[in-house]
Amino acid sequence: MEPLKEILESTGFFAGVPEWGMIAIASLSFGLSVFGGLALAALIFVWMERKVAGYIQSRYGPMYVGGFHGVLQTIADAIKLLNKEDIWPSDADKFLWRIAPIMVFLGAFLSFVVLPFGPNWIGAQLEVGLLYVFATSSLVVMGVIAAGWGSNNKWSLYGAMRGAAQVISYEIPLGLAVLPVVIAAGSLNLSTIVESQAGWFWNWNILGGLPVVGAIGCLIYLISSLAEVNRTPFDLPETESELVSGFHTEYTGMKFAFFFLGEYADMFVVSAIGVTTFLGGWYVGIPAIDAWAPAPLVFILKSVALVFVQIWLRWTLPRLRVDQLMHVCWKVLIPATLILLMVYGLVYTMVNG
Amino acid sequence: MTDMHVKYDPATRKGDEAKPIKSELLHINMGPQHPSTHGVLRLFITTDGEVVHSVTPYIGYLHRCAEKIAEGNTYHQYTIYTDRMDYLAAMNCNWGWCYAVEQLMESVGAGVEVPEYAEYVRVIIGELNRIASHLIAFGTYGLDIGALTPFFYALREREAILNIFEKVCGARLMYSYYDIGGVKWDIPPDALEEIELFVKLFPKKLDEYNALLTGNKIFVERTADVGVVDEETCLAYGCTGPVLRAAGVKWDLRKDEPYSIYDRFDFEVPVGTGAMGTVGDCWDRYWVRMEEMAQSTRIIEQALAQMPREGEVMADMPRKLKIPTGEIFARTECPKGEMGFWIVSDGGGEPFRVKTRSPALHNLHVIEKVGEGQMISDLCATIGSLDLVLGEIDR
Repeated sequence: MEPLKEILESTGFFAGVPEWGMIAIASLSFGLSVFGGLALAALIFVWMERKVAGYIQSRYGPMYVGGFHGVLQTIADAIKLLNKEDIWPSDADKFLWRIAPIMVFLGAFLSFVVLPFGPNWIGAQLEVGLLYVFATSSLVVMGVIAAGWGSNNKWSLYGAMRGAAQVISYEIPLGLAVLPVVIAAGSLNLSTIVESQAGWFWNWNILGGLPVVGAIGCLIYLISSLAEVNRTPFDLPETESELVSGFHTEYTGMKFAFFFLGEYADMFVVSAIGVTTFLGGWYVGIPAIDAWAPAPLVFILKSVALVFVQIWLRWTLPRLRVDQLMHVCWKVLIPATLILLMVYGLVYTMVNG
Repeated sequence: MTDMHVKYDPATRKGDEAKPIKSELLHINMGPQHPSTHGVLRLFITTDGEVVHSVTPYIGYLHRCAEKIAEGNTYHQYTIYTDRMDYLAAMNCNWGWCYAVEQLMESVGAGVEVPEYAEYVRVIIGELNRIASHLIAFGTYGLDIGALTPFFYALREREAILNIFEKVCGARLMYSYYDIGGVKWDIPPDALEEIELFVKLFPKKLDEYNALLTGNKIFVERTADVGVVDEETCLAYGCTGPVLRAAGVKWDLRKDEPYSIYDRFDFEVPVGTGAMGTVGDCWDRYWVRMEEMAQSTRIIEQALAQMPREGEVMADMPRKLKIPTGEIFARTECPKGEMGFWIVSDGGGEPFRVKTRSPALHNLHVIEKVGEGQMISDLCATIGSLDLVLGEIDR
């Protein structure tokens, strides 16, 4: 919030406002701008998903609304969702039912506070940034369970239970995979982690920053992050063909839209964390270009590239079964990350000892 | 701990705080509106967590009294009702009906001879529709497993077939192209060219499907050793078609009881070998269909080469068809399995009674046996691999 506060103060418009007032104004404007940006990003991601899916499936995707390649299609869809009737299932747990979409969205939304878009483009310089991100993204699963239970629908309950088991399991490899990066950077602060990868692109953690360990960790991180955001091949909580969309079957209108928004925001968050920890954050990787390249743009473009990979995988791969999903997590990914961490810890101590 | 059960009285709901934790099976309706039941099939399943304890199929949501309707229609008129049985392979159902009526006429001594040219047209169109039907089976199976893209690739090729059919008979789904004694119209020359082109291009497309889905590690994990329908079960439940062949039984009416002119063509009958798991698992059923598409392409190729350049498409038929008293059961190999018609004639212009033996109905019943003890995801995979069409199950 500090940089934003300074910018706001420098306009001179807020002269005479006390310190706590400035903090409140800065926080509010940060929150609103993130919300607006997020909504816009989700609209763009949905359009992107549909276009990419279209081209993968040898068709065009949306073509008409908005003239050029249906760019306004998702806006039209959002307006449609706003107009939809808000249906309440009979015997739904009203409190959980109402709070679930907000919790799912909040989990993704809160993570944006610490995403380092650029050297000064960050909501708050939290020293425990990475831990904070994992904590907030765990909130999503609470929303999923609340939605599944509150809907009073057996299929939704199945989706919720699957979601809980899956997200909790996959958080372990997700967290462990980034630990070598934390050891190398010596900090959980996301800005510090990015700055440790400055200079040429071979300083990035995936390449030379953390030789071999970084590449393996990045791969494990990307696999686990797919499960974390419930995307194919790990989209078990919402399996269209088995559980009829799972935990959000009963939701309509804007409540459903919030689930949607939350999912796409979450996709961006995990991609952004991946970019931060392994792919050099806001650095282009060539010092001459880094001198003038706008950091937030570089960061967003890199994250969108990872989002594209997620979309690409979704439209290519079939889906795993529940037990296979757990098998991959507990018998493959977690041992792999533990070994990785142990080996790296050993090497690190020996070298820096 | 021990007398927890005593403390709780359900009638008065006294001692609720001491209510013992008990677990019970969850009863769920899968369908009639469920994406994996391929239509309006309703499966009543009891589950313990993800594991299915029992499956009971309930059918009849699409019942249209198709057999009763036959008693009020002439033999020609009833052809259009056979379209609506297996609507994904309407040509083959038409063929089954026309073949049965022709057999009935022959058995009572009023036989007609279908012209040779018409037989070739029947084989070409019938095999094309078999490919179209298997393409849908392949595509929707991908959907059941969670791969969304193969469906669009399958529909792309099916579209080409439907375009050919549209040129041939003007319809894209309910063709009524086959008629008793032949086919209704000749294939237009441009449609014939399109068929030749399709046959030339299709093997490459099959390779594309295999690259996309068949060898995919996740796909194999999901289908191999899942939903095993062995030979014994197949014979006990009356399974036919790809389900039977996947169980390792080399039984294909086109080969074993050749009707029409199938004895003139050289083709293989693919059987399940358990290449990825057990013989008769979901992967085998899937693979048998993929192989059958390749074999159908071979048959069409040969038929195009052997076919006379022109000829009659229709036998000399009486204007008003009346068949003397008699009865017949005749069956043909439809994409889903053996389609049989039992027709009783009482000498009038309309059948006295028609009974249809539809393959998917018999294939469906194994789900009761196979579904037990599976996980819900496997149940979806198994239903998909049986390739059910509810129009044919309910009739």
